[in-house]
Amino acid sequence: MITINDIIETNRMITENKLDVRTITMGISLRDCAHPNIEQFCRNIYDKITKSAEFLVKTGEDIESEYGIPIIHKRVSVTPIAIAAEACKTDTYVPVAEALDKAAKEVGINFIGGFSALVEKGYTNGDRILIKSIPQALASTDIVCSSVNLGSTKAGINMDCVREMGEIIKRTAELTRDREAIGCAKLVVFSNAPGDNPFMAGAFHGVSEAEKVVSVGVSGPGVVKHALEDIKSADFSEVAETIKKTAYKITRVGQLVAREASQRLGVPFGIIDLSLAPTPAVGDSVAHILEEMGLESCGAPGTTAALALLNDAVKKGGLMASSHVGGLSGAFIPVSEDAGMINAVERGSLSLEKLEAMTCVCSVGLDMIAVEGEVPAATISAIIADEAAIGMINNKTTAVRIIPVPGKKIGDSVNFGGLLGRCPIIPVKSQYSSEAFIARGGRIPAPIRSLTN
Amino acid sequence: MKLVVTIVGKDRVGIIAMVSNILAENNVNILNINQNIMEGFFNMVMIVEMTDSKIKLQELQNILKEKGNEINLDIKVQHQDIFNVMHNV
Repeated sequence: MITINDIIETNRMITENKLDVRTITMGISLRDCAHPNIEQFCRNIYDKITKSAEFLVKTGEDIESEYGIPIIHKRVSVTPIAIAAEACKTDTYVPVAEALDKAAKEVGINFIGGFSALVEKGYTNGDRILIKSIPQALASTDIVCSSVNLGSTKAGINMDCVREMGEIIKRTAELTRDREAIGCAKLVVFSNAPGDNPFMAGAFHGVSEAEKVVSVGVSGPGVVKHALEDIKSADFSEVAETIKKTAYKITRVGQLVAREASQRLGVPFGIIDLSLAPTPAVGDSVAHILEEMGLESCGAPGTTAALALLNDAVKKGGLMASSHVGGLSGAFIPVSEDAGMINAVERGSLSLEKLEAMTCVCSVGLDMIAVEGEVPAATISAIIADEAAIGMINNKTTAVRIIPVPGKKIGDSVNFGGLLGRCPIIPVKSQYSSEAFIARGGRIPAPIRSLTN
Repeated sequence: MKLVVTIVGKDRVGIIAMVSNILAENNVNILNINQNIMEGFFNMVMIVEMTDSKIKLQELQNILKEKGNEINLDIKVQHQDIFNVMHNV
């Protein structure tokens, strides 16, 4: 039996602590859309997406209103286009991105992900075409997201692709320079990318997934922070317990939404992603949770330990609340999307280098970081290589979503709007070159821990 | 289908009567009422059953929301399951 206190607590989480379900993401396989003629292929994917996701937005809105829980985004992820479009006789996939954009707008979703390639061990012809198409594809579309997986614990790191992605990111920034280089905010480079991630910009419908699935990404950093406010002097055992209990409650709501969405859409339930996803809104920040644990400002010594505890406790609490947990599941630390992170960068307590350390224990990686437009492509590639190495060696997902904003200098900031937020330009402290390192190319071999058989 | 109706706002005469009337008119049965006044603010939680109701959940939400707005009350109607899943293992 629910009590009045339970009801008040839940509604307070929603209204005061900004508890929400970040996204219902429908994964759709496009493997049956292949066609040598790219125009026909584009028609095939447009038809399949608009038919499959026709009721996604309406269903999300119905659930939102019936249960009184905000569902912020409805999204679609598709088979990596490098695979789905590979049969097309063409040298560019830009028209495919445009077809995805058109289909996504037709069904009214917020983002569509899957303009992607999986190249951790090597390129196929489709992968090469896709990666070359990314800058133009992101410049000529609005809500298409792109990702490239270039490393894994099993396969090592494709350093040719690392080199290429530095250049692709620079080019993407250049082509969208009139919009604060927003193209780069929709492009993420992964190591160990999961095929069932419902979060953007990295969502794609993995090759081992079913025909269609519905997955849900929860949120709720504000709720965790609020819970910690009540135990100011408690030790870390109690802090971890409190986070676990809160994560359980948050995830149960996600599970309910996923079950309902799956039933109403007639599409199997995929996974719940337990990630604590912040927004730029006040009271919805992962950095503020770390500060609530006793750090004067996020980035101070102790931040990595605090984040490790948070990330682990979120998983432990959320696991029991859902029948299938997957995706990225942990605590995100996107700088521009988190009011506390933005403040920490502005007051000089959080640096790119500290963020790199934090990515060893967070759920993903260097996320939504704006740097000077003049940062060389080789340096961006080298930052990617470092992140990919952390992911490869630690058997975890890492990613880089970095925005070298043309014309911007330290002291400037960029505003992407909406959930993407705003970001002060973050200095890349080392002025030394990584050019010769990145120029080598080839593959970093898979680590010893890949040999588990 | 069981719903939870929560009403929060400045206290005045006739809030319970107003809400109960709307529920009765639409054949929504009240199962449980919990109400108190905290620092001059009216707080009420009702559990209601709308299986035999003449209207749909969203219509009921709209009617109560509009009525609530007229007299400065925040009235929410939610499916009971969101509370059940969160607070029960």
